[in-house]
Amino acid sequence: MKLLTLAIAVVSTVIVLSVTAQETVNPGGLATIRGVATIDETRPAEKLKRVIKDKNPIARNYVHQPPVVPHQIRGYRVDLNSNKCLSCHSWKYAAETGATKISLTHFETRDGKTLSDVSPRRYFCSQCHVTQADAAPLVDNTFEPVESLGNE
Amino acid sequence: MLKNLWTFLKSPNSAALWFILAIGFAGGVIFWGGFNTALEVTNTEEFCISCHEMENNVYEEYRETIHYANRSGVRATCPDCHVPKKWTDKIVRKIAASKEVWGKLTGLIDTREEFVNHRRSMAEREWKRMKENDSLECRNCHNFEYMDFSEQGNRSVKMHSDALASGEKTCIDCHKGIAHELPDMKGVEHW
Ligand code: HEC
Ligand code: HEC
Ligand code: HEC
Ligand code: HEC
Ligand code: HEC
Repeated sequence: MKLLTLAIAVVSTVIVLSVTAQETVNPGGLATIRGVATIDETRPAEKLKRVIKDKNPIARNYVHQPPVVPHQIRGYRVDLNSNKCLSCHSWKYAAETGATKISLTHFETRDGKTLSDVSPRRYFCSQCHVTQADAAPLVDNTFEPVESLGNE
Repeated sequence: MLKNLWTFLKSPNSAALWFILAIGFAGGVIFWGGFNTALEVTNTEEFCISCHEMENNVYEEYRETIHYANRSGVRATCPDCHVPKKWTDKIVRKIAASKEVWGKLTGLIDTREEFVNHRRSMAEREWKRMKENDSLECRNCHNFEYMDFSEQGNRSVKMHSDALASGEKTCIDCHKGIAHELPDMKGVEHW
């Protein structure tokens, strides 16, 4: 009996030891499209891309795409107190500022009711409309824009 | 009459009078200098944000804006926008500001919440002031005559060559909230 206990103890110690010996830490280092990085090093940050300052509207790729923002929006606040985007894009001021009017879908609630002002679900513009920078896509794709939108 | 005065001034008896005049003059110089120096001290950013009401609210917000940090490193500090450069206008603004010191002493605005509650009325005062002086403080640095439209964005050019060039609108009409967060803008023209 004593011998058996001893044997078990020896065997399990050996197993534990061999298992811990094998347990090397995986340092990462997987090659991705953003380059190779191991866990123990911090990769230098990518250079910041510059937002397009001001440009004519950028063609859309498909029907119902939220158009991308062709101008910079640094410092434009959209909160409970004020909505900078609407100070140009609302129907009231669009003619004067030359901005595109928000479309009527922006007045509709989720269950299809049309409100007299911007619907809460369309209030936070940058949730759907984003600025652009000149950044080459990381992944190729074969998407073809819809022809009827005149975007080639 | 004048002649009598002159002979009196030339006589040794008038020494005391001369002395008093000299003291008065020197005192005047010192007082004037001191006064203006004091005025200068209260005209610095450090002074403006030496009370927490300013430091924790408007200063914190302003640090994220173009007038705090930009590509050229030229800054606009609090007095650049809030205190006129001309001496007489400056004094008038400083006297008006004494009311704000009173507000500080009596603890009118102690917390962020109270600050935000008062923001609309404070902002309206600044808008009104800037509207009346045709945004003089902005124009001290930004001279319309020297704006190069070929360097500005499309939207800037459109707005600046219409409403600004014709004098119909002034900077503050379109650039509200340039340095701080805005109050509730309900009912404010163009918002
Ligand atoms: C100072 C006025 C102004 C403000 C503020 C403004 N815009 Fe614009 N925006 C314009 C103008 C003008 C155009 C059209 C550009 C042109 O036609 O050259 C435009 C274009 C756009 C377009 C493209 C429309 C299209 O048909 O392709 C989108 C999207 C847009 N803006 C979103 C925003 C969002 C989101 C904000 C707030 C974060 C905002 N804008 C704030 C003036 C403004
Ligand atoms: C939930 C997403 C969403 C939000 C939030 C949103 N939009 Fe849109 N926006 C869209 C989509 C989708 C379209 C294109 C289809 C359409 O008109 O509904 C669009 C179209 C537009 C257009 C072009 C209209 C036209 O006639 O071609 C403008 C301008 C615009 N949005 C501005 C804004 C502004 C300003 C805000 C903030 C007040 C805003 N949007 C908020 C999704 C959104
Ligand atoms: C002390 C000088 C000074 C004063 C006073 C001043 N500015 Fe500026 N302003 C600057 C400088 C410097 C810049 C940044 C220039 C750069 O490097 O792009 C700037 C930038 C701006 C911009 C460009 C914002 C952007 O995102 O590109 C606007 C708009 C502006 N100022 C409006 C105003 C208004 C409105 C006032 C008056 C309330 C004002 N400024 C007062 C010096 C001043
Ligand atoms: C009629 C409205 C209007 C008036 C008045 C106006 N601006 Fe502007 N300004 C704009 C718009 C719109 C933009 C572009 C959008 C933005 O930067 O938010 C702009 C942009 C700017 C810029 C950045 C220019 C660029 O494209 O790099 C500066 C600086 C500026 N304004 C200063 C001033 C000053 C100083 C005054 C007063 C002398 C003034 N503006 C008066 C509407 C106006
Ligand atoms: C570029 C010009 C500019 C600079 C720099 C500036 N302000 Fe202002 N300030 C304004 C304008 C314009 C208003 C009117 C409200 C608005 O449009 O945001 C204002 C409003 C205020 C208000 C009233 C409350 C409010 O938020 O509307 C206080 C207090 C204030 N400023 C303090 C300061 C202090 C302190 C500093 C320095 C840390 C400072 N300001 C720097 C332009 C400026």
